[in-house]
Amino acid sequence: MVKVTVDMDVCQNHGQCVFAAPDVFRLDEDGHLAYVASPDAALRDDVEDAADVCPLQAIRVEG
Amino acid sequence: MAGAGIAVVGASLGGLRAAEQLRAAGWRDTITLFGEEPHLPYNRPPLSKEVLAGEAPASGTELRRRPSVQDVEWRLGTAVAAADLTARTLTLTDGSVHLYEGLVAATGVRPRRLPLPGGPPRHVVRTLEDSAALAAELVAGARVLVIGSGFIGCEVAATARTAGCEVTVVAPESEPMLLAVGEDLGRALRHRHEARGVRFRMGHLATALTPRGAVLDDGTELAADVLVEAVGSLPNTEWLATTPGLDLTDGILCDAHLRIGGLSHAVAVGDVARFPNPRYGPVPRRVEHWSVPGDTARHAARTLLAALTDTPRDPTPCAPLPAFWSDQFTLRLQSFGQPSLADRTELLSGDPESPDGDLLYGYYENDRLIGVAALGSPAASAAAARHRTELMTLPEPVV
Repeated sequence: MVKVTVDMDVCQNHGQCVFAAPDVFRLDEDGHLAYVASPDAALRDDVEDAADVCPLQAIRVEG
Repeated sequence: MAGAGIAVVGASLGGLRAAEQLRAAGWRDTITLFGEEPHLPYNRPPLSKEVLAGEAPASGTELRRRPSVQDVEWRLGTAVAAADLTARTLTLTDGSVHLYEGLVAATGVRPRRLPLPGGPPRHVVRTLEDSAALAAELVAGARVLVIGSGFIGCEVAATARTAGCEVTVVAPESEPMLLAVGEDLGRALRHRHEARGVRFRMGHLATALTPRGAVLDDGTELAADVLVEAVGSLPNTEWLATTPGLDLTDGILCDAHLRIGGLSHAVAVGDVARFPNPRYGPVPRRVEHWSVPGDTARHAARTLLAALTDTPRDPTPCAPLPAFWSDQFTLRLQSFGQPSLADRTELLSGDPESPDGDLLYGYYENDRLIGVAALGSPAASAAAARHRTELMTLPEPVV
C-alpha cells in the first residue's frame, strides 16, 4: 500500500497529477482535485510521477 | 572509464529529474551533479508570482527529491567551464578535471538582456536572488516598466500591479503572450490586465534607457523607477563549445533519443535540449515548459543507461506533450499541446467580450487539433484538460 497526501491548502488544481496517475487523481466538473489516499502499491511509479509533475509540490508519497 | 559514474551538469529541475530517473532505470553507481547556483534544486515558477509577492518564503520552493537520490554527490556552487565529450572529461572553473562515464547536460537557460546601456535599476527574474531583489522594489506607487510580454513579463506585471505599483508593459508584438497562445487569447488576456490597471504599449521597442525611464521607438518617454527585462532567454551551452562538431545553435541539438552529437554516452534534458518531437514533425525545437525537464529526463536516462550497460535501447522516440500554465492576478492560463504551430485558432467555448468569463481556444494545423489553451477559472483548465487524449494521439507517419 502507498500513502498519498495532498496539501489542499497548497493545491491549485493544475491537474498535472491526473495525467500522470489517472487511477489515483481526478478533477471534478468544477476543476477541483479529488484523490485516492491509499492506492495499490502497483501504482507507486505513477504516484511518484504525479508528485514530480505537481507545479506546487503539494503531493507527498509514503510507504 | 567504467566506474567513473555519470556526471549531470546543471542541478536544477532537469538535473534532479535526470538523477532520479537514472536511479529508477537501475543505475546504482556514482551520480555527480554540478550546479552553478549554491542552492539545492528549487522550483522557479513561484519566483515571478508567490515568492515575488512575498506570499511564499523562498525556503518553500525547494523541490521534492526522491529518496533514491540521497546518495548522489552534489557539487553546488560549482560551474563547469568546459567539456571534452571524446575524452569524457569536464573541466571545472577552478581548473580541476572530472572524469565521467556518462554525461547528462541539463544547464538550462539564462535571461537574455536588453542591448541598451543605462536606465533605472534593472532586474531580471530567473533565480531566487533575482526574485528577492525585485520584490524589495515592488512597493505601492512605484512605477514599474516591464519590457517583454511573455510569461515572465505578464506574471511580473500582474504581481507588481497587485502590490500597488503603476505598471506599464512594452513589447514589439501585437498582443501579450502572442507566441504562446496567439492573437485572440492574447487580446483577451491584455483586456483583463488593463481592467486591473496594467498599461500596455504593444508594437513598440525601447530604443534608449535613462536614469528616469525609457524612450520608445516613437519618441515617447516612459518614466520608471524600476525596469524589468523579460525579453526571453539564452541556452547555457558555452561549456560544450570546447567539443568540436556539436551543433549549439539555439540549445544543444539532440536526436530523437536526446543523444548529443550522435554520441551514445551523452544526453541532454530540459530547456537546453533541442530535439525533434514526432507529434509536430521533424524540426528539432527547444521547449521551455515546466513539464519538459521531467519528460526528457525519463527518456534520456533510459537512452544513457542502455548505452552504458550495453543493452537494447527503446526504439520509441521522445514525444512529450507540451503543457504550460501561468497565473496572472486570479486568472489561470493553461495550455496543452503546441498552439504556437497552429495555422488556425477557434473559440471552443466562452465569450471573448466578457470581462471575466472562462475562455477555451483550440489550435489547428491542417485541421488537426494540435493545442488547446484556457483562460479563467480552474473549470476552464479542466475543460482544456479533457482534450488531452486527442492531443496525445500521434499523427500517422508520412510514408
